[in-house]
Formats: sequence, structure tokens, C-alpha cells
Amino acid sequence: MENDKSAVADRPMFGRRDPDARGYFGAYGGRFVPETLVAPIEELTAGYLAARDDRAFRGELETLLTHYVGRPTSLYETRRLAAECGGGPSGKAVGAGAAAAATAAARGPAKAGRGVRILLKREDLAHTGAHKINNALGQALLARRMGKRRVVAETGAGQHGVATATACALLGLRCCIYMGAEDMRRQALNVVRMRLLGAEVREVEAGSRTLKDAINEAMRDWVANVTDTYYLLGSALGPHPYPLMVREFQSVIGYEARRQMLDQVGRLPDVVVACVGGGSNAMGIFDGFLEDAEVRLVGVEAGGDAIAPGRHAARFAGGSTGVLQGTRTFILQDEAGNIEPTHSISAGLDYAAIGPEHAWLRDLGRTEYVHVSDADALEGFQTLARLEGILPALESAHAIAYAMRLAAEVADDTVILVNLSGRGDKDVQSVVEALR
Amino acid sequence: MSRSGGQGRLDETFRRIRGANAGPGLVTYITAGDPDVPRTEGILRALDRAGADVLEVGVPFSDPLADGPVIQRATERALASGTTLSGVLDMVGRLRGDIQAPIVLFSYANPILRLGAEQFADRARDAGVDGVLVLDLPLEEADEFRQLLASRGIDTILLLSPTTTDGRLRRAVSLGSGFLYAISRLGVTGARDAVADGAEEMVRRIRAVSPLPVALGFGISTPAHVREVGRWADAAVVGSGLVSVIADAGASDDLDSRVEEYVRWLKS
Repeated sequence: MENDKSAVADRPMFGRRDPDARGYFGAYGGRFVPETLVAPIEELTAGYLAARDDRAFRGELETLLTHYVGRPTSLYETRRLAAECGGGPSGKAVGAGAAAAATAAARGPAKAGRGVRILLKREDLAHTGAHKINNALGQALLARRMGKRRVVAETGAGQHGVATATACALLGLRCCIYMGAEDMRRQALNVVRMRLLGAEVREVEAGSRTLKDAINEAMRDWVANVTDTYYLLGSALGPHPYPLMVREFQSVIGYEARRQMLDQVGRLPDVVVACVGGGSNAMGIFDGFLEDAEVRLVGVEAGGDAIAPGRHAARFAGGSTGVLQGTRTFILQDEAGNIEPTHSISAGLDYAAIGPEHAWLRDLGRTEYVHVSDADALEGFQTLARLEGILPALESAHAIAYAMRLAAEVADDTVILVNLSGRGDKDVQSVVEALR
Repeated sequence: MSRSGGQGRLDETFRRIRGANAGPGLVTYITAGDPDVPRTEGILRALDRAGADVLEVGVPFSDPLADGPVIQRATERALASGTTLSGVLDMVGRLRGDIQAPIVLFSYANPILRLGAEQFADRARDAGVDGVLVLDLPLEEADEFRQLLASRGIDTILLLSPTTTDGRLRRAVSLGSGFLYAISRLGVTGARDAVADGAEEMVRRIRAVSPLPVALGFGISTPAHVREVGRWADAAVVGSGLVSVIADAGASDDLDSRVEEYVRWLKS
């Protein structure tokens, strides 16, 4: 990135890796939308490209990220979790002694054979409790800049809805959130939060009553109200420019994490692990390390309770290419091209398509994808709570669970960075039910 | 200026509609497989008997994001009855010889891509499909598909909206064939009390740049609407209103006659 001498630190990384003019990352992406939305999406693209070149816009976002969101979020090295994952030199199960050794080692320079190290990028500490606020604030500023007075958004786990409601409250925009009835049930706390923040929450009874159906309904609202309404999409999905725009607003995660790794650990991680629903937190952290060819980038999809139709949301495990909600990517579909129902214990990963840039990076061999079951995610949730005093979002718990699995397999001095994309307070009820 | 598909049925139909003393044309939309494919066949025959000029046949898709509640429900019923794009193509093939009106398939992109665009085009030609409209395949994505259809004599029906800019409008009219489908208002499909205010202006904009026939849809459900639209457009499209009639009739024996009666009423 060129040297910018302005006062603006420019943490979100704008303009580094644009899709082609039609919005394609390789064979994925594009704009598969009804005619009514084409002109508004072109207007949005032009509005976004102008905003990201505007120093005043970037400066305002930067100020809010610092003083309102609380960025940079911390990079935290786990002690007891790493020890629990066979972090001893022999690779055997270890007790308190090894944990103490790991703690000591973490304070000094890394020593070969000390054991696997697991670090967490603490997006759960961002205002509203998840990475979603990075994108919601960026797009809400854009909505205001484009003269839109009303914002619609979809939400699955409710974190994007809360972040959007928050940004709208901050900027004085009207806010309407669509949420599947099933998700409203399992994320009841976030529904209350959104309403307290002044947003209207509309229940979606169609289809599987989850994230996909909420997106359909938000797009229907947008089609009907395009002149004054901004659609604030919450993940790196949908028609161009959303996958680009959302990744760029989330790139602050990877930018900070890379610097923090160098400052605090003195080296880059060997592996970066992030959960992938649509894939915005993963794109955000991966973005900081894409050019570091030696850093493995692993996305964790929801394995649900089985890799069988309707029982999971692992698009790369059970999917194929197709078009859903404006973008060409990997989707879960049946023989006739209908979208298959999905299942995950985490509402935020319970979605039939993956962001198109993920599909492209996977084709290039730059990123890899695995899946983690509901049961393992629950185990990851509990482990992190007990050993580190952190309740992770069930989405992020998938990344934790995979990091634990990975730690048991890799060389002793491997450094694993996990994006802890959100906090788990919203999931307490679901976890209690699942453990019953 | 004619870009008729080789089958030419749409051109012929609109020539007749534009001829002396013909009333406004009527384009009818139904969702295939609602309530099931055998009864859809009966409905299409009834529509043809009642004088519908063009039959739009909707292919059910799990995520119909451009459709309002009435067609969403129809889609759910159609999917529940096991209807697929492949089954719809077979059905059109069975009916084609018995039906006079041109048949236009209305689909979302994914079922077509899943079947394979080229295989779809072959099967559509073999079945005697006259035109295809893909709701979420705007001009920018439609080039290759349009050529696949054109080389098989099938018209690509393009949709134009109040938000369509003049530049896109000119591109669309140079690429479309058969007729142009203008939507009269922003928003999803669904019957309304009145024809949208901007509808006449919308048709005028299109007329200024294209000789292609224009059918106007979204929100039309009464004879008064049809007559009003007929003053500026070549035809009115009735969708949700008809789909509601089908939903109300459900499994009753008089489904076909109710459909026929509704269409005759619309044309009255």
C-alpha cells in the first residue's frame, strides 16, 4: 500500500484487490438481480467508490472505529487453552505445569518446542460485541453520504442487526431489520437489543425462517423503496459491490492483527482460523495475511449434525456452483436448483451460500475450508469459557473448536491465530437448551 | 427491425393484437405446479380457451425474491407438489400442440443454471417454448444465454423497470425480442387497487426508442386496469390476481371454469 502521509491511518484497506468491472472474483460474484435493482446498485457502486477515495469519509470512519467501536481490538494469547490442546513439547496431554510454562513463554520470545500457541483476535470486545459493527458503521456512513434516510438490513444471529441498529441510532437514520422467525426465537436477546436501539424488527415467516429468508425479505423491501432506502447487507455476499465493500470495511481486522502479531509475538502466525457463514469476519482477517504466502488461511464452515442434505451449512463440503441472492458462488442446492435447507446450531453460519471471494481464493489454492459439527462447536464454546473466561459466539466457537483440533495435529511450535468474531452472551439460552 | 425467434408465435400474436379492432392484449401468469402439474395443464388449456393472448408459465424456485406473498405461496405449493424446471419443460412439450397462445417461461436463474443453460435451451426449443424471461439475469449477465436462445428461435423477454436508465433502456430494446415486459412500479409482484401513476410515462419512454410490443405488468387485476393499460401498452400482464383465483379454487372441480371465467371477465 502506498505511503499515506495524511492524519488518517486508513486502517480499512481500500482499493487493493477489486473484482473486475462486472463484479467478478474469477468465476464468482457478479450481479444477479432483478432489473429494478440494477440502477440502484450502480448508484451504490459509484457512491462507494467515491466514498472510499474521500479522505473526509475515511477520516470520519477512522475516528468512529477508534473512539466509538474501541479499536484496535486486542490480540490476546491464550494460556490454558493452548496448554489443554497438547501444547507440551512431547505433545502429550498436559496439566497445570505446562500451562504455567506456556504462560512464561508467552511473555518472552517464542522458543522452539515450547508448544503450540493459540492467539485470539478479540472482535468480541468491539462495541456491540462482534466484528459486524465495522461494516455496519462504514455502510451507514455511506448511506448518509448518499442521502438515504432509511436503512433496511437482514440478520441471522442478530449481531449484524444490532450493529446496524446501533449505527443508525448514532447517525439518525431510520432502521428496519428483517429476521427469520426461527432466528428470533434462538436469538431473543438480540431482538430486544435491536428494539431498544430504536429499530423496527420484522419477523420473516417464509421458507426456513432463517438468514436466507430474511435476506429475501430485505431485498423485497429494498426493491419497493429504492429511492429513499439503503440496503445494509451484513456479509461478504450478494451482488457487486457488496462482497468488495463488506470485505474492505472488515479488512481492519486483518490489518490490526498482522501488526499486533509482529509487535507482540515477533512473527506472523502459521495459521489463521476464522468461521465462515457468508464470510465477512474471515475475509476481514484473511485480508491482512493474503500476501504472506507462508500463512495458512483456514475457513471453518458449519458442519451441523451431519454432512447430509438439510443437516449442515458446509457449502464446500456439500455444495456446487450456482446463483443465490445476487451472486454466483458455492451454494447448497438440490438437483432442480432449489436451495436446500441448512442447519447449524449457530444462526450466523446457517446459510446456503458462501461469499464469492472465498470461492475464488479457494480455487486459487490460497485459502482452505473445513467444517466443524454442532457438538464440537459446543465443546469449543465450553472449553473457552472454562479455560479462558471468555464466552464466544457459537459462530466463533466453530473456529475455536477447529483450532483445538488443529493444535493437536501440527508441529509443536506452531502459532495459530483465531478470529474470535463475537461474544456469546446472545447464545447462552441456545447452549443451555443444547446441553440439556 | 423484427427480431422474432424462428417460432415467431409471439410476433404473430402481437401483430394480431395491434391489428384493427383488437382489444388490449392479455398476458396471463401462473406458477407451474400450483396446485400440481396435471392441474396446471388444465389451467393453461382453460386460459387459452378463454382468449389469453400470451401464457407466462412461472418455474417455481425456493427463493423468489422478486415476488410478493401471493406468488410466494403459489411457489411453495408448486414445490410441495414436486414441480421442477425439467417437469415444466416436459409439460409444455405435452401441451404445445393443443394450445394456440405463445408460451413464455418465467424463471429465476438458478434452476436454469443447474440444468445447464445449453441443455435448457435445447429442451425449451424441443418443447416449443416461445420466450424466456429470467428475473434475476439482467442485461449484463444475459448475453451468452440470450444467444443460446436466439440460435434456437426462442425470444429473450427483457424486463424494464421505472428505475431503468435511458442508457440501459436503449441497450435492452436492442437486445430484447418478442415483446418488452415493463413493470409499472417499484416493488414485488402483487395485485393493487390501481394502476401505478408512472405506468403511462414508462410505456411512453419505451415507445420512444423501440417498435417492440410492450406488455405492462405488476398490480393489474381487473378489467378496468386492463382497459386502462391497453390505452398505451400492447398488453396487460395479470399475475397475482389470477394466481389468487387458482389458490381460492384449490382442489375443487371447477378450477378450470373459474380460471376461464376470470379471464373472460378481464377481457370484458
